[in-house]
This record gives sequence, structure tokens and C-alpha cells, in this order.
Amino acid sequence: MKRTISILIENKPGALARAVGLFHQRGYNIESLNVAPLTDGTYSRMTVITKGTENVVEQITKQINKLIDVIKVSDLSEGEHHEIELIIFKFIKSKYNTRIQKILKKKKISVIERSDVVTVAVIDENSDFDSLVKSIGKNNIYEIVRSGGVGIHETEKNLNL
Amino acid sequence: MKYSGGELLLKALKDEGVKFIFGYPGGAALHIYDAIFRQKYVDHILVRHEQGATHAADGYSRATGKPGVVLVTSGPGATNAITGLATAFMDSIPLVVISGQVQSHLIGTDSFQETDMIGVSRPIVKHSYLVQSAEEIPSIVQEAFYIAQTGRPGPVVIDIPKDKTDPLHKYKYKKPAKPYLRSYQPKIKPHPGQIKKAAKAILSSERPVIYAGGGAIYSNAAKELSELNKILKVPVTNTLMGLGVYPAKNKLFLGMLGMHGTYQANMAMHNADLILAVGSRFDDRITNTPSLFAPNAKIVHIDVDPASISKIIKADIPIVGQVKDSLQALIKEIKRSKIKIDTDAIDIWNTQIDKWRKKHGLDHDLYQKKLKSKMIIPQVVVQELYNVTNGNAYVTSDVGQHQMFVAQYYHFNKPRRWINSGGLGTMGFGLPAALGVKLAFPKQEVVCVTGEGSIQMCIQELSTCLQYGLPIKIVNINNEALGMVRQWQDMNYGGRHSASTYQNSLPDFVKLTESYGHVGLKVTKPSNLRKTLEKAFAMKNKLVFIDVLVDPNEHVYPMLVAPNGSMKDMWLSKTKKT
Repeated sequence: MKRTISILIENKPGALARAVGLFHQRGYNIESLNVAPLTDGTYSRMTVITKGTENVVEQITKQINKLIDVIKVSDLSEGEHHEIELIIFKFIKSKYNTRIQKILKKKKISVIERSDVVTVAVIDENSDFDSLVKSIGKNNIYEIVRSGGVGIHETEKNLNL
Repeated sequence: MKYSGGELLLKALKDEGVKFIFGYPGGAALHIYDAIFRQKYVDHILVRHEQGATHAADGYSRATGKPGVVLVTSGPGATNAITGLATAFMDSIPLVVISGQVQSHLIGTDSFQETDMIGVSRPIVKHSYLVQSAEEIPSIVQEAFYIAQTGRPGPVVIDIPKDKTDPLHKYKYKKPAKPYLRSYQPKIKPHPGQIKKAAKAILSSERPVIYAGGGAIYSNAAKELSELNKILKVPVTNTLMGLGVYPAKNKLFLGMLGMHGTYQANMAMHNADLILAVGSRFDDRITNTPSLFAPNAKIVHIDVDPASISKIIKADIPIVGQVKDSLQALIKEIKRSKIKIDTDAIDIWNTQIDKWRKKHGLDHDLYQKKLKSKMIIPQVVVQELYNVTNGNAYVTSDVGQHQMFVAQYYHFNKPRRWINSGGLGTMGFGLPAALGVKLAFPKQEVVCVTGEGSIQMCIQELSTCLQYGLPIKIVNINNEALGMVRQWQDMNYGGRHSASTYQNSLPDFVKLTESYGHVGLKVTKPSNLRKTLEKAFAMKNKLVFIDVLVDPNEHVYPMLVAPNGSMKDMWLSKTKKT
């Protein structure tokens, strides 16, 4: 089962390596990983998307929590949460046809057009990356980059210091 | 007064009450070694290999409860300390390992004796620090000691680039304020609601077992455990790491449980209706196949580490907290509870356990064997050792059959007396660990029980023992083979002894010991065993190595049947299964 885990971690040298290393050490998977410092810059918020049974995810959150640099951990999947991912597609202009434009215009996008290429940033709210790529057609895409999922509780619940 | 980074380090160690540093010098650590030379509070013990330093500090820590301190240089010095770090990590032992590092500006350039110690040690430390400025050394040291000792203890590495200890740069020393980490608050009080639930479940049970492990020892909870069981009067078993936390002489003690646990301990676990796990972690050497583990038992699990709870076996009533605090709360709750334990049911349960004990208890037919055998039976060596030392020695061991024989036959009545590498299973641990224990308790008898395989993995520390005058006793249970490996080969590989014998290449241990400046004795006949042990222990000021040639065909039993076995499935001898 797909799980989205949010982590507040000290913004110290080596802290990220400890958190990421732990997944490998304990035999857990990372589907995607996103991390950046927040407000005062002394700590970062990570979003890790992983797959595992309930027991495995419970172990992951407990083991992550044990790391000295980790301030808080929350399994967002336990409740209502908002999860998005930024996907940037680059198309050769000639291949950026009306069919593709129509598909992408259903999404929240920002477009940068040049004479040779078109770059389209898509805010993907349903994590349907695979089906989106399929509908566009893999061969029509020149380059892709994904941010990895970022998530937040949809309710009043928070993961603040 | 101003101090160099090296001097700041030594001042900080002194402020932590450090008496001994176990270490080995080298380029990147030389500024620190010079600072050691110019102070008189902390003694440095020069080992002969950095692995020995970590095990010695580890032994010191296990016996005293205080953190052990290690100092090594960069590169090979640091990597040689890795096995000892992993050993301490697996058994939750507080160590502070200080490693020299190449100068800051050389990090990442593949410079001489450079290793990324922080990276290499990451999976086997509780935490680690790379020093960024000399001024932060005192606060890092204080934090390292705090982290190593609190919560679930563990080793902490401090990697110090050489330029941060340079005597050319001096700083003021101010004792840092008490450490506070917003991301680490280890003082967890047991939840009163959970304590209530646990008390009710325990008092309502009819076939309970207390299963106590290393966590009970580290939390110094032996007194509380005995106090609890004065009320309950239920059977108690200890893990390999927990031996001594409940007195073996108590008639309610079942002995060790698990892979080579006693018949009665494993049967009691399998048939229990309630298991009270106290600072133990349901390791795979305990549970056998987890899905077949104790099918009718409700599990109450006390542990300071929430990640240990429900990791292998789902806890019905988890209690996250220090063992000592949790047991105190539980005792209080049980005393005030209106429910009283059903003493009739407990009597029936204890009677059943006595039947098991009589049926296949450990001493079963051992004495008969002793009479018949022309060779010394290894278990009898441990029994005689127990007799000669009145069961009062600090006993360290290495890993293998001899380790299990000590766990089974040296009946520990006090915590912190049995010092062995349980989690990682590190051969070479015993001798340096004994050295560390002897430094802590010079007036106590300290014995290293080892085998001819293990002892050769850190035998160089005999030289350290001479330098510092550490008259430990070494009992080498010599079966001229890697006994436990061979036992598995006998049982699972059709007796094909692949790489488990030495083909007459063993050294003469008596001469070897003598060349290190100690006394060596050899025993081959059962009739000489007791006398030789007595002779050795009479030499109070000498390190004596007793090479005991034993029956090479002896296996360790009971042994859990694996794979797909439960705790009731045991080999009781080479031919008999439960």
C-alpha cells in the first residue's frame, strides 16, 4: 500500500543521509523523496512516499523517529491529506499538438513557450503520473522531471515544531 | 586560561567523569595524544588493535553501567573500530568513540589515512558528530555522553579533523549548559492507563511467564524485578543478555530461553497465557518462527524503545518507558489492585514447570557422562569454574559453543556479571572485554571463557594485560574446531566439516601465553580439571591462560528446531527431538 510520510528534521550536516540511509538499512523502499528547509532554516520538512503493509509503515515511522536529528514524524495516509507533485514536461514544439494541449489544459499548468521547445509544469493532484504519460504518449515527450510528492494534512492537524 | 581543541576535549572528558580512554595513537590523533600526556585525570590504556579498544571500553561499560570511551586515529584506526561499534550498537551499550580525522581542508581529497568515518559508521551508531570548530568540542562531548546513556543506550562517534585540535589555536573553556535537544527527549514516563491494563492482565492470568532481557540490566531494574515477583511468584526466564537480572538460584528461575534455552523455559513460553516482556526484544534467536510463537499468550511488552515494541511479535499491551520506572509503577498498581492473582492456578503452573524441569532439565545425564568419558566434557568445565569461583566472578565470553555453555551452566545471580556479545555475536570480544572489566574492578575475579577459535581473533591483547598488570583468567575450551559451525554442519550439512577444523595448525597456547609474559596451563584429563582451575585462581597476581582440551564431539542442547519450528520444538540430544 502506498504511504505518505512527513518528517521534520534538523537542518544539520549528515541529517538527510541518516534518514535516507535508514530506509536502505532496514529494507524499506522509497518511491519518492522531497526535502527543503522551512521558515528559520534550522529544520527541513521531508515527504517520503513509500510502499508497505501497515506493520512495515509503523516500523518505518518508529525507526525514523528514533534518529536523533528527527523532530517529528507523521504518516499522512492515516487521515485526510492533500498531496501534490510537480511534473515538468518538455516537448519539441512540433510534437506539442492540440491533442496534448487539450489533455494538459485540464490540469493546473504553467507554460513557457520558445520557438524550438515548450515546457509545461503540471501540478498533479491525483498522483496519476503513469496514466498522464500514457495519455500524452511516451514518444511525444522530450524530457521529464518530477519533484516527488509533497503532502500536508487536509484538516486542522499539523506537523509544526 | 586558554586551551587547544585537544585540551578542550580532555577537559570535557574529565567533566564527564571519564577515568579510562581505550585507544591507539596515529597521525590525525597526535594533538589529542599530546593533550593526554599533559594532564593527569584520565588514564589512557594502549591496546594492541583498535578492535580491542572498542571491546575493552564495551566490557568496562557493561560491568560498570558507565559509558566506555575509545580514541582512535583516522583511516585504518577508525575502520578497525567498526566491529566494536557494531557490537555495542546491537547490544545497546553506551560508548563514545572519538576518531581523529584528516585536516578539514583535506576531507574528500583521498588524503593519507582518510576514511569517511561518519559515513562508514552511520548504520551502527546511535548518533555521530563531525566537529566543525574547536570551540564546539565541549558541548559535542557533553551531548554525546547524554545521547549514549539515555533512552535506549548506544554508541556515539565524534570525528575530529586534526586542525580542530591544533595547539596553535587556543580557546576559553566554559562548561556547557545541560544539553537540550528539541529532537530528542528520551525521558518517557510509562503511561498510567497502560500500567493499569497490564496489571489487570497479569493478575488475571493463570500461566504467566516473565521474560526479562538486557534492557532490565541497563535500566538497573534487578531489584524491582525481584520485588515484583515476590508478589506474583511466577516463573521467570532471562535472555542471553538478561542473565543475572533475576537470580539463577531462585527456584522460580527457568534458566535462559530461546535457541539454546532450557526445555522448561521454552515450554513455559510456548504454553503461557501471558508473557510479560521486560526490556527484551523478541529476537529471532528467542521466538523461533514468529507465526508459531506462544499461540495462546497475551503479550505485555515493556521497552524504552517504541520501535522494539510490536516489531516481531505484536504486543497486546505495550508500555513505552524505562524498565525501572515501569516496574515500579506496575508494582504499585498490583499492590493496590482489588484483583488478586489466582495462587491455585499459579501453583498448578509452577508444578507443571517442575515436571518439565525434571523431565529434560539441563543437568540431565551430564553427571553420568562425566563419569564415563575419558575426555573432559565442556559443560563440566563451566560447572567446575562456577564451583571454583563460588559463582561470583565477572565472566566474559567469546562466541560459539563455549558461550552457550556458560549461559547454561554458570548460574548468574547478579546483573552485570555476564558480559558477552549477544546481538552481533562477535568472536574476539571476550579477552579485551575482560581487560576492561578488570580495570573497573581490580579486586574482583574476572574470567574470560573462550574457545581456540575466538581467542585468536584478539589474542594480541595479552600484551596489553601485561603492560597494565591485569591478572584476568582465561579458560580456553579447546575442542580443536570451530565448534558451533561444526555442530551446524553435523546437523544440517551431512557432517561435511567445511573450513571448521585447523588440521594441526593450532599454536601451543601455553608457550604462546608464556611468551606474552603470563602463565599458561594445560589440562587434558577430567581428573586434573578441578585442581588446575584451583591452581590458576590461586595465582592472584598473574594472568593465567588455562587451555582445556575437551571432547570435540559435544553439541549444545537443547536447540530449537528450525526452520518452521515453534518454541516447543527442540532437539534435546543428537538423536532426540521433542
